[in-house]
Amino acid sequence: MTEFALLIGQGFNAVSVASILLLAALGLALSFGLMGVINMAHGELLMMGGYLTYLTLQYLPHGIGYPIGMLVAFAGTAIFGAILEVTLIRRLYGRPLDTLLATWGVSLILQQAARSIFGPIGNEVTAPAWLAGSIRISGGLLRGLDLPVSRLFIIMLSAAVLGLVALLTTRARMGMLVQAVHQDRSMAEALGINTRIVDLLVFAIGSGVAGLAGSALALIAPVTPTVGQSYIVYAFLVVIVGGLGSLLGTAMAALMVGLFSAGWQIFTSVSTSDVLLLVFVIAFIQFRPRGMVSIRSRSLEET
Amino acid sequence: MLKLEEVGAAYGISPVLTAIRLEIAEGEAVALLGRNGVGKTTLLRTIAGLHPMTAGRLTFEDRDITMMPAYKRARHGIALVPQGRGIFPHLTVEQNLLLGFSAVSESISGAKNEIPAYVFEMFPALTRLRARKGGVLSGGEQQQLAIGRALVAQPRLMLLDEPTEGIQPSIVKEIGEALNRIRRDMKIAILLVEQYLQFAWTISDRYYVMQRGRIVKSGDTRVQSPDAIAHLMSV
Repeated sequence: MTEFALLIGQGFNAVSVASILLLAALGLALSFGLMGVINMAHGELLMMGGYLTYLTLQYLPHGIGYPIGMLVAFAGTAIFGAILEVTLIRRLYGRPLDTLLATWGVSLILQQAARSIFGPIGNEVTAPAWLAGSIRISGGLLRGLDLPVSRLFIIMLSAAVLGLVALLTTRARMGMLVQAVHQDRSMAEALGINTRIVDLLVFAIGSGVAGLAGSALALIAPVTPTVGQSYIVYAFLVVIVGGLGSLLGTAMAALMVGLFSAGWQIFTSVSTSDVLLLVFVIAFIQFRPRGMVSIRSRSLEET
Repeated sequence: MLKLEEVGAAYGISPVLTAIRLEIAEGEAVALLGRNGVGKTTLLRTIAGLHPMTAGRLTFEDRDITMMPAYKRARHGIALVPQGRGIFPHLTVEQNLLLGFSAVSESISGAKNEIPAYVFEMFPALTRLRARKGGVLSGGEQQQLAIGRALVAQPRLMLLDEPTEGIQPSIVKEIGEALNRIRRDMKIAILLVEQYLQFAWTISDRYYVMQRGRIVKSGDTRVQSPDAIAHLMSV
């Protein structure tokens, strides 16, 4: 293996970590970034997506089982998110601390439920044949480079989901409504927009994207009841560093955090690299409190 | 068409509106006058459904709308041009206008919903600004956009909160002409909150004056001169 191949390999790892962070953070960018809801159960939605994929593959073990599992994960977590919004989150708008506490409770309930149903030990999702194996480069400058197909797939998936979410929040008709509600809720209401329906849809889609992230994650690691816990902190970091309400910022921040931790992990241990990451983020927020891409305007400055 | 009976509203436990009685006839223009902080804006927001009522009854076109949420009131024909104009800063002028269709139908884009030509005719500046972000417009341009957006909703009643505040005289004149056209040609009723008496007189048929959350005087602008109420307006 050449030095260069090693470097490219590590770069590929970083991008693949970044793409998982991006998937986990995209849902949060919708619920936290656009709606301002701190959903501590977001990680558990991810976990739920993983288990839904696992269950689907129990019934459909071959071929198209995995894509169907992804759809089931998306739809299942989106419906669960919708129920959560109607029964809990809608009642706590404007009360961030109560929302935080209540959704933390939901997160604990979901973790324990998963533990009771599936047991504390991870459940493996076997990647279908077309996602197994890896691309090996055996000649030239990149000799010895080994790119797992499942990771390539996740990178492409997160790019596709980023594109779809961007389309949904900017171009499409829905995007106009979402932005209007985000920028001036009471004016949107006065114009005849049913803001509750918009909130419900945004939250449900954010939840669905979390489920999709869990489904993708199941390809590379076993699904455990606490899998959400290991991603939720990074996901919040990514959304905050990126800048609330900005998808471009979220994508850039995911890439930056992914590169940063993968980069340091070459030289130090995982926990040291986490410490360095947090120090870096704290310093970054000091200089750019609104994140990488900050949304500024006359009217927003006043509020 | 709009009738307020003994309407009350509060911020927390302190009342801001007490026993408000107010009526607007079909196609009529009415001015709501008074000093700062007497509850004019709150009254307008209450009619639009953005501020909860604590007492009384609100009727619009023979329908009791006391409990109706704001978005449904918009769909029944009440349009608001709020203080501060309520322009969405990161949406373009065109998108801001298109959002006016939310009050008309579920679908706000597509071929069916062309922004009516009279909006651009009334406010020619908006044609040139169509692709600009709402947040970069000047105060006068934002005001024109806010009125244009309200027109897109094809309302029966337009609520305007100090449309002349902080706007240069030439544009005030343009807005005055537009409001007169809205009333005369389009037969849209107007409830105008205003501090600038001269302007209010050129638009309205009748007036109400508020003081500390109550209506203390009302009258006919065609008969009385602004001097009749100047003492209620001076600080």
